[in-house]
Amino acid sequence: MMRRLALATAVFAASASLCSTGPAHADAASSAGGGPAIKADSGQQVYQHVCQGCHMANGQGGVGAARIPALAHNAKLESAGYPTYVVLNGLGGMPWFNGMLSDAQVAAVITYVRTHFGNDYKDPVKSADIAALRGPAPTMEN
Amino acid sequence: MKLPPTRRQLLTRIGVTAGSAAMYQAMTRMGHAAGTDFRSPPALSGAKQGTTVVVLGAGLAGMLAAYELKRAGYGVRILEYQNRSGGRNFSLRGGDSLTELGGATQKVGFAPGNYINPGPWRIPYHHQAILHYCRAFGVALEPFIEVNHNALLHNSASFGGTPQRYRDIMTDFNGQTAELLAKAINQNHLDDVVSADERHDLLAAMRGWGLLDVDYAYRKSDKVSLRRGWAKAQGGGPDGAPVPSQPLPRAEVMKSGLWQWLAFNMNYEMQTTMFQPVGGMDMIGKAFARQVEGLVTHNVKVTRIEQDERGVTVTYDDNNHGGAVGQAKADYCVCTIPLSVLSQIDVQARAPLRQAIQAVPYASSVKVGLEFNRRFWEEDEQIYGGISFTDQPMSQISYPSHGYFSDGPAVLLGAYMFGAAAYDFAGKTPEQRVQAALQQGAALHHQYPKEFRTGVGVAWSRMPWTLGCCATWSEESRRKHYRDLTEMDNRLVLAGEHASYVGCWQEGALLSSLAAITQLHQRAVRAA
Repeated sequence: MMRRLALATAVFAASASLCSTGPAHADAASSAGGGPAIKADSGQQVYQHVCQGCHMANGQGGVGAARIPALAHNAKLESAGYPTYVVLNGLGGMPWFNGMLSDAQVAAVITYVRTHFGNDYKDPVKSADIAALRGPAPTMEN
Repeated sequence: MKLPPTRRQLLTRIGVTAGSAAMYQAMTRMGHAAGTDFRSPPALSGAKQGTTVVVLGAGLAGMLAAYELKRAGYGVRILEYQNRSGGRNFSLRGGDSLTELGGATQKVGFAPGNYINPGPWRIPYHHQAILHYCRAFGVALEPFIEVNHNALLHNSASFGGTPQRYRDIMTDFNGQTAELLAKAINQNHLDDVVSADERHDLLAAMRGWGLLDVDYAYRKSDKVSLRRGWAKAQGGGPDGAPVPSQPLPRAEVMKSGLWQWLAFNMNYEMQTTMFQPVGGMDMIGKAFARQVEGLVTHNVKVTRIEQDERGVTVTYDDNNHGGAVGQAKADYCVCTIPLSVLSQIDVQARAPLRQAIQAVPYASSVKVGLEFNRRFWEEDEQIYGGISFTDQPMSQISYPSHGYFSDGPAVLLGAYMFGAAAYDFAGKTPEQRVQAALQQGAALHHQYPKEFRTGVGVAWSRMPWTLGCCATWSEESRRKHYRDLTEMDNRLVLAGEHASYVGCWQEGALLSSLAAITQLHQRAVRAA
């Protein structure tokens, strides 16, 4: 566990940007360590450092007053276009990651999710596929 | 001799003769009361007897709506998903347990009297709505220390990773900036934009503000040490003479970026005076709950909201009775359910409102509370309240603004962040969150490993009742959807921090609630 924590610290310390977009929420002093760029290369790393905060380490999501969808055994992942759209633009309560994740990171994490958690969609997603679907990122208030 | 009236007497006279609105305007002109746009509780007169309202959500927005509507004569009930009232206003104490999505349950092991506020934790002095109701409902407030000149600012890659005193960064950054500006003026580099008169004024300002010497240099001196502190402190007796401290190298001060935390605390919302309730933020939620006692049905999960020309029907799963389907009917509905949840509920409304409900994602945020055997930050380092900031993912340490000088275990906020670092922290197990906060915090306080007792890590994206911390508006979504989200739709009106321009603050929840019930009342009176 300590090794993984050390890795996480290194990953994010390196990405801390002092000229980031700044606190996006009034009550948040979040610009340090929470800058827009995430330094994680592999799809697995992106999943662990970003996605599993909601979708869980096992991809099962969760159910409370509302639902965080399970990514495990998810037939909606069959066409890569759908998860690409959702990751770039968000959906309902899920934030957009356009502007936070690079084309390569989005491609890697979608490829990862489509080939793990009981999903077996083998056609890899490429950076160029993401770039083609990426529009301008929304402008955070403040 | 007749003295001119004092300001207070004058205001009283204006209030008596012209009413409270005039008094408010006069106060604003005289420099008082320029807070959020709260002026006074709404005067909802003339409600038709027997008109009913169902309020969804027993957070502050919902409870305030219920309280004011009931006072106005409406028949009100509240439906709440959780087994308690208060919503995001809550505190965790020893003996509490917290279960998050994914099933992890934390048992809080804090000593008696200690607490952490996982949600709201501080109140700016200009959030006049929440302050008004605290006063009205008897919630005792105490100062919340936001700025502490003796707290630490830390960049892992600067000053060899050694944390710096806020005071030192503030003094050196100001002094070094002033020195450069004075140099530019004296070398005539600003002659095209600075007149001879202004040149004199600017130089005087730079010298006084930046503590420059006769040569307009910022350097080690008694004068500078009276702001940034001494290498050897002022004492008494024969050896009492102080030794001035050495300013930090300018290039490294600038490169460190630690000035950003000075700027953060200059934000309107972080300015002194700030407040917190005595005993925990949930004193506010509990005080609101006392005002709506008997109106709340807990443990019901709303699944559908329908409306027609006759009224509103809310369908829910009643978890008090094994999830049996139930319905609540009323003339009107105030819905304060967070959009992260409401976007998954079947809501019968105009398309623009339904689109707005889908258009606002929720931020992820994590807080970690850490309990230590003793207040080493006070005892060893003279840090009493305030916040230390770091570039590490845990972002900040906030020391308790209460209980100073007391013995025994104390709790501090050991991590609080949004953004990328929050996603990362939320993805950890609760134990890992606490461990990460401890490991990173040790870079600021070497006492961490030795004095640590217990901790709790709250990931808002995994709270089953909100699935997130608070609404994230973009400029585009605000332009496109905000008005549609906040305007009453036939018999349904939304409220909550998401329906305000004071997002992520309790003030926003209250202001949106007052705006919602004002619309509802106007609609109801028109219909009567």
